[in-house]
Amino acid sequence: MNSFTKGLRAFVTARETGILLALVIVIAAATIKNPTFLFSSDGFRDLLLTPSILLLLAVGQAIVIITRNVDLSVGSVLGLTAYLTGRLFIDVPGIPIIVVFLIGIVFGGLLGLINGALVAFAKVPALVITLGTLYAYRGINVVWTGSDRINSSDMPKEFLGLGTQSILFIPVLTIIAVVVLIVAAWYLRNRRAGRELYAIGSDPDAANLYGLKVTQRLLVAFVLSGALAGLAGVLYAARYGTVNSQAGTGFELQAVGAAVIGGVAIFGGSGSVWGAAIGAYLLLTINRALPILGVQDFWQRFVVGILIIGAIVLDRVLALRQAKRLTVARNI
Amino acid sequence: MSNSTEPPALELSRIAKAFGAVIALTNGTLQLRKNSIHALVGENGAGKSTLVKIIAGLYQRDTGEFLLEGESVDFSSTAQSKAAGIAVIYQEPTLFPDLSVTENIFMGRQPTRSLGRIDRKLMREEAIGLFSRLGVRIDPDRLTLGLSIADQQIIEIAKAISLDAKVLVMDEPTAALSGVEVERLFTVARSLRDEGRALLFISHRFDEVFDLCDTVTVMRDGAYIATSPIADTTVEQIVRQMVGRDVSALFPKEEAVIGDDVLVVEGLSQPGVFHDVSFAVKSGEIVALAGLVGAGRSEIARAVFGVDPYSSGTVRINGAKVPRRNPAAAMKLGLALVPEDRRKQGLVLETSVARNTTLAIQRSLAKFGFITDRAENAAARIWDSRLEVKTASLDTEAGTLSGGNQQKVVLAKWLATNPSVLIVDEPTRGIDVGTKAEVHRLLSQLAGEGMAIIMISSELPEVLGMADRVLVVHEGSITAEIDRADATAETVMFAATHSAAEVAR
Amino acid sequence: MTETTSTPRTYRDYAQPLWRRLLVSREGAVIAALVLVVVFAISFVPHFAQPITLTYLLLDITPILLIALPMTLIIITGEIDLSVASTMGLASVTLGVLHQAGMPIPLAGAIALVVGAAAGALNGFLITVVGLPSLAVTIGTLALYRGLAVGLLGTTAVTEFTEFWTDLAKSKIAGTSVPSVVVVILVLAIVFVALLHFTPFGRGIFAIGLSPETARFSGVKVERTKFILFVLSGLISALAGLYYTLRFSSARGDNATGYELQVIAAVLLGGVSIFGGRGSIVGPLGGVFLIGVLASALRLANVTSDVINIITGTLLVASVVATSFLAWFRTKRARPGKKTEILAVAKG
Repeated sequence: MNSFTKGLRAFVTARETGILLALVIVIAAATIKNPTFLFSSDGFRDLLLTPSILLLLAVGQAIVIITRNVDLSVGSVLGLTAYLTGRLFIDVPGIPIIVVFLIGIVFGGLLGLINGALVAFAKVPALVITLGTLYAYRGINVVWTGSDRINSSDMPKEFLGLGTQSILFIPVLTIIAVVVLIVAAWYLRNRRAGRELYAIGSDPDAANLYGLKVTQRLLVAFVLSGALAGLAGVLYAARYGTVNSQAGTGFELQAVGAAVIGGVAIFGGSGSVWGAAIGAYLLLTINRALPILGVQDFWQRFVVGILIIGAIVLDRVLALRQAKRLTVARNI
Repeated sequence: MSNSTEPPALELSRIAKAFGAVIALTNGTLQLRKNSIHALVGENGAGKSTLVKIIAGLYQRDTGEFLLEGESVDFSSTAQSKAAGIAVIYQEPTLFPDLSVTENIFMGRQPTRSLGRIDRKLMREEAIGLFSRLGVRIDPDRLTLGLSIADQQIIEIAKAISLDAKVLVMDEPTAALSGVEVERLFTVARSLRDEGRALLFISHRFDEVFDLCDTVTVMRDGAYIATSPIADTTVEQIVRQMVGRDVSALFPKEEAVIGDDVLVVEGLSQPGVFHDVSFAVKSGEIVALAGLVGAGRSEIARAVFGVDPYSSGTVRINGAKVPRRNPAAAMKLGLALVPEDRRKQGLVLETSVARNTTLAIQRSLAKFGFITDRAENAAARIWDSRLEVKTASLDTEAGTLSGGNQQKVVLAKWLATNPSVLIVDEPTRGIDVGTKAEVHRLLSQLAGEGMAIIMISSELPEVLGMADRVLVVHEGSITAEIDRADATAETVMFAATHSAAEVAR
Repeated sequence: MTETTSTPRTYRDYAQPLWRRLLVSREGAVIAALVLVVVFAISFVPHFAQPITLTYLLLDITPILLIALPMTLIIITGEIDLSVASTMGLASVTLGVLHQAGMPIPLAGAIALVVGAAAGALNGFLITVVGLPSLAVTIGTLALYRGLAVGLLGTTAVTEFTEFWTDLAKSKIAGTSVPSVVVVILVLAIVFVALLHFTPFGRGIFAIGLSPETARFSGVKVERTKFILFVLSGLISALAGLYYTLRFSSARGDNATGYELQVIAAVLLGGVSIFGGRGSIVGPLGGVFLIGVLASALRLANVTSDVINIITGTLLVASVVATSFLAWFRTKRARPGKKTEILAVAKG
């Protein structure tokens, strides 16, 4: 078959296409029931806006999962950074917004560096390390916050405006998230370092034998995950205005779920950040669509669970079929 | 022939390497010339693989000289040795299954254009060029997942060429290849040699060494013994150098009383793997399953034992039907399988010798469902001493034993189950000559005591020496059943390389 | 090999004496740490040495102790179960909903246990039959079962339970300050110790964790073993959920959120290797107590209870890093010494 049909077939059978389709169907179903879901300025905006924070987490998570690791600390990093954001505005009056962004990203990156260093140097599984830092970072957050809380009155209007404003009907936060997505996707596809992340996840031993700089790449992956969680924390403060010590709790599992639904294999080596991003959107849009479709919103988590299980069962079935096809092809 | 005034492509001189109290090498010496395929032979434990790992940059030598084209080198990583032009192709290729063949070849050094972007078009074209140079047809876009070992090796060689490797080391490359694939590999190797590269070929198979190589170096017990041009030496001479003594009567098959059918297999089939396999084994018999690697013999054995599935056919032991896909039931009926891969399928490397020895008899050792370490050790003591396993204590980790002793532990484990039918898959692969003889004596003795034995082996001398009957397998079907009297290298090889219809003629 | 009448070789049972083996083990370290912390707490933390501290400590850590038992076995086989807390919640809600509808607690409790076992069976099915990785599956069922629990009860809670049972959950053994549930824990702990260390089933678990292929080739029923473990995990999680509900007289959809992390942290702290194949029951139980005592002492010392999270997290990371470092150190320590020189001379 020529390269056009090859490309077309790859597109049609791609996981990303499938979940995009699912997303469209969900939006369509909800809109049919209640047109304001999509066709109102608030509805359209919320549709794009709410998942943009999870998108950042999902992209970071995808990068880590591709290397055959996982980062369970991102929820705690988000919470810590969101609180830091508020505190910066309170304690350093007049601080430029861009500086707050930078500090948030760097802070998140440093927290990610701790994870990465322990995983890469101590060779301890990421599951355990990030489980520990999930606890430790959240604990620090709670102790630091005390009984305090950040309120929207503590932060400048321009900053909070970012959380609600739109450019050409697209919310600013969404634009930021999508720009990050495009850069990440480009990097993973086109740069050597990006491809090496896939190699490391596909076969870590082979990666070492190849002479790839595995330690360096792993550090970068975790720093990126942390930095993106940090950025997400700043955006969280802008979006919601109120930050308490529980901000971000449970987000890490949503991020992993989004990535898994988006086709990122839990064993690493395959998947894309596009899929993770669409997965994030699908997850949260379903949550918002459920009440409209007559399902009480208590059932949201249940639906998330079904989606995750469905995604990995599907992955397994497809992988088995592909392996059979590839091995039969050589058994003349 | 190579220019003898030029420095050798690679030269190792009196290399020594120790790991704590374990001395792997006392004198590693090797001179690899350009335009040469050089064989490196030696028993297990002779130090070959340590030497290769030093060449590859995985280990650093303790003392001795390492010269590359006359210049002294010291590699602290595999990346460095690669950059210097050394490529090593291991027994089990290490590729990235989720990535395309092209990406595998160029990983880490993909061609780039502006902004550091990978130039996929150029990469793909280069891959196609490499494949045509090697005379193979592989789709450059396909994932490495599912490729045969032979194809994976070709990818590794393509990698080496694209790195313009001056030295190529091939470590037991033919272990998992069929005859056709071996020929393809040898053609490629010869063309690489003619291009001016130096190849190092490590193998246990003397027929291949004599077919492909021009020089042979023998090692024994971590030290260099001798180097000779192939034309000036013989197999016997090499074996003597490897073992250090004359080896006679390697296969002492005793006479045994042959009784009734114990194992009867009828019409066993699994699509794509084996087809309509039927045979019977009597007590006291040693039946060999001969054939080329990849013919399906291990698959048949695993299916009979129950580890692998089969779609139709029956297996009976002493008349009782053996359930499909149920090793525990097969074991209860008296079947035992010593698997092909002793490290991954025969042993739990990270646990003790005692635990390994008793792994298959746990249930019978248990009293009222409970089992103690003491009971385990007592049973292990009996069986390990019977097989003369060399270990300091019963709680030594099995992974630290030598290959020969590991195989003895696996044998002890299965003999402890008191089987009536014993299947051994490549019983002497990767073992030193001395232990080999012990294993053969053991099998012969067991047959003499009434056990029915199926021996899967790819070594013709072993097959011809040990078997009462030879069943030859070719691409999943039994093509011939040859009695001991009629079995010769020619008859067996013919049946191994032709279909049943052709053999019948 | 010589004739069969030759004298058999002699082997030592163990390379090192018992005391050395015990001392160098992970379990020894955890127990030692526990003793140290207890001594420290008794000496310096006010009110710690009172009986009532012990009572509340035990009441608090009971669910974690219970779930640590099957979790240990699951992690030794190389798998993991992140859905345990959600199963607790699901059992809690089942008990609440059924009891509220008029069913007596023993019956409702029994049904809740069956629900827990079913939840474990679904995990087991997806992992052993469909062949999915346990990390991914139990992340999914964590959401699924929690979602089911929350969906069934919504934002309400069931708080009316027969006094007899709620009292029983909190009761103490006559004349002591030790809660009665400890009896259940002790019995189950003994059962699990026997199962893991003294039965073929248990040895099979270790083999599966270290080398699943060899286990399969040796007649170990790998899939059946794992399936049973996940069902056990679901069952015991449900039991823990019942206890939790009765102790607090409250069935809510979000009961016990986050408990899975506490269990796993304690199990790993107790020396069970995340890679599978190594561990014991004593170590994890010690780990649970260690964290529990620390939490208790901190609370009495008027330190914010959230500090315990920081400590748990750091302890978890530190203990695993230390193990990794020790292993690396042992391999690095291999340097040529006198012995090799002698041998080299002997070889000539």
